[in-house]
Amino acid sequence: MALLEVNNLDVRFALRQGEVHALRDISFSLERGERLGIVGESGAGKSVAAFSLLNLISKPGFIAGGTVNFDGQVLNHMSERGLRKVRGNRISMIFQDPMMTLNPVLSIGEQMVECLKAHRRISSKEARAIALDKLQQVQIPSPETRLDQYPHELSGGMRQRIIIAIALLLDPDIIIADEPTTALDVTIQAEIMALLLDLCEQHNVGLILITHDLGVVSQVTQRMLVMYAGRVIEQGPTREIINDPQHPYTQGLINALPQMATPGEKLNQIRGSMPSLSNLPSGCAFHPRCDFINRADGQPRPACTQQVPEFVESGNCRVACHMVAEMLEDRRLKEETS
Amino acid sequence: MSAHAEAMTENPMPTPRQNEESADSLLQIRDLKKRFSLSGDFLDQLRFKGGKLVRHQEYVHAINGVNLDIKRGEALCVVGESGCGKSTVARTVMGLLTPSEGEIRYDGQRIDNLSSRQLLPYRKRMQMIFQNPYASLNPRMTIQQTLEEPLRLHHPDWKRPKILEKVEEVMHSVGIDPDWGKRFGHEFSGGQRQRIAIARALAVDPEFIVADEPISALDVSIQAQVLNLLMEAQQERNLTYLFITHDLAVVEHFGTRVAVMYLGTVCEIATTATLFEKPRHPYTQALLSAIPRLKDDRPQHIRLSGEVPTPVNLPSGCVFHGRCPHANSRCKQEIPLLQTQDDGTRVACHAVEEGRL
Repeated sequence: MALLEVNNLDVRFALRQGEVHALRDISFSLERGERLGIVGESGAGKSVAAFSLLNLISKPGFIAGGTVNFDGQVLNHMSERGLRKVRGNRISMIFQDPMMTLNPVLSIGEQMVECLKAHRRISSKEARAIALDKLQQVQIPSPETRLDQYPHELSGGMRQRIIIAIALLLDPDIIIADEPTTALDVTIQAEIMALLLDLCEQHNVGLILITHDLGVVSQVTQRMLVMYAGRVIEQGPTREIINDPQHPYTQGLINALPQMATPGEKLNQIRGSMPSLSNLPSGCAFHPRCDFINRADGQPRPACTQQVPEFVESGNCRVACHMVAEMLEDRRLKEETS
Repeated sequence: MSAHAEAMTENPMPTPRQNEESADSLLQIRDLKKRFSLSGDFLDQLRFKGGKLVRHQEYVHAINGVNLDIKRGEALCVVGESGCGKSTVARTVMGLLTPSEGEIRYDGQRIDNLSSRQLLPYRKRMQMIFQNPYASLNPRMTIQQTLEEPLRLHHPDWKRPKILEKVEEVMHSVGIDPDWGKRFGHEFSGGQRQRIAIARALAVDPEFIVADEPISALDVSIQAQVLNLLMEAQQERNLTYLFITHDLAVVEHFGTRVAVMYLGTVCEIATTATLFEKPRHPYTQALLSAIPRLKDDRPQHIRLSGEVPTPVNLPSGCVFHGRCPHANSRCKQEIPLLQTQDDGTRVACHAVEEGRL
């Protein structure tokens, strides 16, 4: 059994104007030391997915169904007390904005020691030694002086290194990183991503990387999920999805990147924008923006507007699309007749 | 148009063009410097030092001597990391900030020292699109009002039917439904808002548009839509762009020429194709190698050590020497100047000049 297994996870937000279905039917697994990317645009539900793994969804949100299995435990059925032993200890998180996650009134050293002492029975001196070691691992220049500095004295790249050091503090099995480099500049982003990758490989730590940047996902992860309007629409090995995307949305997302077009030519845009979760279109949520809702004979495919697509296996990938399902069915029929 | 002619005669010094080479330039920026004071007002600046009262002033040196020429009909992209002064350049060009030193000429006329009344005819010819469409639309105005406002200001003689006609035309040209006119900014998504901001900029038929990170706040699929719109507008209206961005992939697609900035100075200017094929400046090389690509077939990226120094205490010599893998003692002392290479690229680097690189 995999280290982390998510089955049919379903998250809702009970709002005054009615219930919003933020995540529908999310299933994936993560092996020890594996790196998984979750890609999607804003509002696709990728951050909700990350938070729900550790049951960090706050009211009015709640997990309405499904399970998160981690190393034999079901996280979403656990008590707060039990969860505290997992959070930060065996699964740690890195957030987007390093300034928001560090406590401005505590020195770096105090924050790190606090975290260690909350989970382990050790002396402050030992804790400080561990903290120093982790700061060295994230290649911060003069780590000893950093321990006594406050977050505002450090630059954005430096703060994100500290966050990574804190995430590694208790030697976790999995790190969940929610847009860890979005707030940083290109050259710093490359440095931090390389560092995170090195450390995960060295310590055999699993990584769940949430990002909107397909370039980062393709360089860092082994498998990926593509999310759209609260659902996973395609999942599989990163290389295969990037090189041969099956779902029309994934295709559109990749083709819309400026690097995929000839300079000066028009970019291949996806028309329209992502629907709001409280007002999803019927059938496949992507159908109003999809170029493939017509069948080969020019007639619209009724299933696209009426029926939510199920996952079909296409090679090593799973795709939720009626068009892909139809193509696979046709191919199978042809093979049978011949 | 009378207002425009008036402003031309009012201008005290119709200065001659500097040299023939820049005759086709629409906009010329010469030795532009911009400092922001960090020290507050006069009383805040007073300090006791050795028993004496001294005045202590500290500045952020946002731009330190930038020279740029923007040619008619081109899209000049300015790229760099945060804090390099690219947005300050855009704002100074538009007259939203006054330069500390240097000159800005628009169509041969100096515009940096004009009063806001004298600047009005130029404002009609140059328009700006801002980064954040959530902040750049007035929340208390309907879309119709937002689009009418620049027309009323710049065409005081226009009657209402003419203004309405023009608003509808510009809405069509950027793909907004004229029915949206009655609604307010908050009712729209980021991409739609940015379309409205573009429509507002195009309403007065400008010839020059300054776009400060117009797509960075948008999602990938929406970025492509807005970028396409900007490119269409350029073809139809023969616009000139000053395009500020940190995204090199966008530059490669959109730009005619690229200026790379680092810590308030331009370190390399080249045509887009040349820059991407043969980056000369070590910083440009590092920047290009840091873009995450989908299909990676390039050699390992160049890792820069350290971080961008603060623009408060600028390093001596070349501003990049602290992070540069090719720096020597000359780089630490002497500020490199932009020098033209045989293919027209201009690079400010001692190593390139000496042939070490």
